[in-house]
Amino acid sequence: APLPSLPLSPQAAMTKLGQWLCGLALLGSAWAALALAPPGLQVPTPLRQALLPLPVYLLVAFGCYSLATVGYRLATFNDCEEAAAELQEQIRAARADLARRGLRL
Amino acid sequence: LSVLLPTYNECDNLPLVVWLLVRTFRDSGIDFEIIIIDDGSPDGTQEVAQQLEKIYGSDKILLRPRARKLGLGTAYIHGMKHATGNFIVIMDADLSHHPKFIPEFIRKQKEGNFDIVSGTRYKGNGGVYGWDLKRKLISRGANFLTQVLLRPGASDLTGSFRLYRKEVLQKLMEKCVSKGYVFQMEMIVRARQLGYTIGEVPISFVDRVYGESKLGGNEIVSFLKGLLTLFATT
Repeated sequence: APLPSLPLSPQAAMTKLGQWLCGLALLGSAWAALALAPPGLQVPTPLRQALLPLPVYLLVAFGCYSLATVGYRLATFNDCEEAAAELQEQIRAARADLARRGLRL
Repeated sequence: LSVLLPTYNECDNLPLVVWLLVRTFRDSGIDFEIIIIDDGSPDGTQEVAQQLEKIYGSDKILLRPRARKLGLGTAYIHGMKHATGNFIVIMDADLSHHPKFIPEFIRKQKEGNFDIVSGTRYKGNGGVYGWDLKRKLISRGANFLTQVLLRPGASDLTGSFRLYRKEVLQKLMEKCVSKGYVFQMEMIVRARQLGYTIGEVPISFVDRVYGESKLGGNEIVSFLKGLLTLFATT
């Protein structure tokens, strides 16, 4: 049986879900370490207070970004008027030509 | 160049698509063949295809019909078996994809030596005709979700107007298992996994000259399921 080939890079072997979970675990543990202040870790209070609501802020920020992006893309979604008109013309020409060449529907 | 045209109930559109393809290729001097894979259409599509074969010659129009509706993936595999071109174009046979973009695909492919050239409705002067606001919103929303979750490196994942190197398409067909919209998405995602290069060309998508195109709740649900599956498995 052929040997399994090595992935080109660590990223190649991980699924997108895996990447998300890793990223969230990393950020989550960093946030927990600093914001939730486990005993033994000296975290300055202003820093802790700023970090605590950060996940919610980021979520809301992402939500706003999503709405803005989709809204913008929706507004700038091109309408191909000329393409449709051109197609209608070509359909007429095609029908006539095909009839001449012997197409019977 | 081989064009794969899977058809189901396209007796009105098929002759028009073929006429446009032939004209485009003759005008640009591209050597071509058109492979029509009809899944036993009850509306007489196969008879129309036979007439087209007589008109344009059986070296240009190849008929590879099947008995019943068996799905797009297997239609591609079936059609490719007898394709003699080095490149394969897949497109819809309902006039939503215009053959005039194929020379642009070829030009783009040469420019970057791409393995795949994908037509995109979302970039440059690509666009659609015949979609209401709701349809456009669903499209942009779904695409945004796909971009966030899969980071695919291509702007239009559900599009099905593409040029592939023959070996690339064959390799991808072996690996892809999804159906419907998700199938087209999976092709691009797997292509990236395998290290293939993808170029993009803006296209205009003219929806349903004949007949109605509906995007029902069922399709949205199966799209989401497929998206999550790709998210978790690739």
